[in-house]
Amino acid sequence: MAVDTSSQSVAKAAGEDVARGRSRGTGNRQGAVKRSLSTHWYAWAMVAPVVIVIGVIIGYPLVRGIWLSLTDANERNVERSIGVNHIPATYEFVGVDNYVDALTGNQFLSTLGWTLVWTVSCVSVTFALGLGLANLLNRRIAGRSVYRMLLILPWAVPGFVSVFAWRFLYNEDNGLLNKILAGGGIDAVPWLNDPTWAKFSVIAVNVWLGVPFMMVALLGGLQSIPGELYEAAEMDGAGALQRFRHITLPGLRSVSTTVILLSTIWTFNMFPVIFLLTRGGPGEATQILVTQAYKFSFEISPRDYAQSSTWGVLILILLMVFAAVYRRVLRKQGEVW
Amino acid sequence: MVTTTTPAAKAPARRAAQAPAARPAKAPRRGRRSPLSSAALHLTLIAASVIAVFPVLWVLLTSLKPAKFAATTDFFKDTTFENYTNLLNDTPFLTWFGNSLLVAALTTVLGVFVSSTTGYAVSRFRFPGKRGLMWTLLITQMFPVAVLIVPIYNIMASMGLLNSPAGLVITYLTIAVPFCAWMMKGFFDTIPREIDESGYVDGLTPFGTFWRLILPLAKPGIAVTAFYSFITAWSEVAYASAFMVGDENLTLAGGLQKFVNQYGAQWGPMSAASVLIAIPAALVFLFAQRHLVTGMSAGAVKG
Repeated sequence: MAVDTSSQSVAKAAGEDVARGRSRGTGNRQGAVKRSLSTHWYAWAMVAPVVIVIGVIIGYPLVRGIWLSLTDANERNVERSIGVNHIPATYEFVGVDNYVDALTGNQFLSTLGWTLVWTVSCVSVTFALGLGLANLLNRRIAGRSVYRMLLILPWAVPGFVSVFAWRFLYNEDNGLLNKILAGGGIDAVPWLNDPTWAKFSVIAVNVWLGVPFMMVALLGGLQSIPGELYEAAEMDGAGALQRFRHITLPGLRSVSTTVILLSTIWTFNMFPVIFLLTRGGPGEATQILVTQAYKFSFEISPRDYAQSSTWGVLILILLMVFAAVYRRVLRKQGEVW
Repeated sequence: MVTTTTPAAKAPARRAAQAPAARPAKAPRRGRRSPLSSAALHLTLIAASVIAVFPVLWVLLTSLKPAKFAATTDFFKDTTFENYTNLLNDTPFLTWFGNSLLVAALTTVLGVFVSSTTGYAVSRFRFPGKRGLMWTLLITQMFPVAVLIVPIYNIMASMGLLNSPAGLVITYLTIAVPFCAWMMKGFFDTIPREIDESGYVDGLTPFGTFWRLILPLAKPGIAVTAFYSFITAWSEVAYASAFMVGDENLTLAGGLQKFVNQYGAQWGPMSAASVLIAIPAALVFLFAQRHLVTGMSAGAVKG
């Protein structure tokens, strides 16, 4: 049910300009069509390439993905060619069975639980560190631009390279971290081989990757707060903590709500960190929804396309609900402020 | 070790943030801080910088050591370029590099080309369907890789496009097009509308105005958008891992996985490859980062 509505809204949105223009025209006189076309002709022509591209390479696969999630498609029954033989699809429509299985089974819910822990802890730690560093960099200190450059570095390196660097550091036998611990007489830590440590390690890497973006965005926000506000508050005898609470935080509000929304969505979908660091292991300890959906369709045999699509659609619904609720909460707060 | 220092680094950060203002009565003027808090500030920033830089630096140092010492903690041990020559001569690294370059460049050019007029139209015109289009652009950016990967994989398979750069480029356009259109809208918004009006007064059509007046002014914005989509395609992992198989067809993200698989790790070539991928990207990034931040706040953050 919920699947249908989401697909419709997206599909409708993609083709909306055409649909609306037509319907309005046919409802009224013939002249309205002409007028509308002649007024908006340029705009429609200009957006046409993107509408077509989105419709063909996003809309169509999306609809197909939703369809697959309502079938029992897997590697053995989809349409395929072996050599010159073309084998037609034999999978069948099964209704919402996949959704029922996912939502009543254990695996989806436990993976969702860890995905939420992963997202909340990554985003909150990243935000706290980013805010702290942005505040430090916003002060007048010697070598500020050097610090800034160095702190941005993790953002500048392609993500998969950084993740491999961390795998190198985390290596249980030869990794630098354990060598350092050994120097202090501490036993080797199984960074990526123990479920608890692995969870800790993947979060640490994602925080390391995410802080620079957060810091830069918040620094931009801090610099747009007028200095007079702080001076006036200081005159009135406000302490540092009060100034932080009543000037800095409200001043950063628009930037921070946006970066929190963005980084929540990114972290929820953060494929490379988990995939390249642990492949979801040990066991399924660090598997988030996205990597598990990928595993269904590309790592197990036979590839379970239906299950994978179901998880994909569920992830999308979760994110859209989250974005909608987040917006609503913000709007409500906005009236209070 | 890294993770224990991170929260620790936070605590002095807080303290340092409060210290100068905690004693405004003693400090003669605002903006001066005691030597102690100044030292704390620098120490915190140094600690954070070390954590930020070290993993990258460590890979660089490893790549310059003979492969057999790769796992030792000595910083400089018989510095050599052996890893680099091995990487370039004995592995398909250059092929992977070429594949990545081709795919990322094509994605960027096509993405920017297709979406530039849309960014302009959404920025300047009111037309039926505009709201729906903008929502679509925003929502598609939220799409998790898991939603589209299976259907696109099946479609590519039935069209014989798996394992070909063309298939990967088409796939990456699903990411690049909505993103580019949204970013460019932000940049066009920063160009004053008076310029468009002057174009109309001079008898230019909207296309003419866009092409002759606005596009040249938006060049920096387009460069930033292009750079971002290049980097996104360059470091994409999920589609590249699923769609490309066989040494000849891998992109860098897939190729590097060959060095570090479950059977063991070849840290020597891995570290050399990482440096060759990361250093150019990082240099360009650091050089362009001021514009990137402006672009981000114009495009994404404000949106």
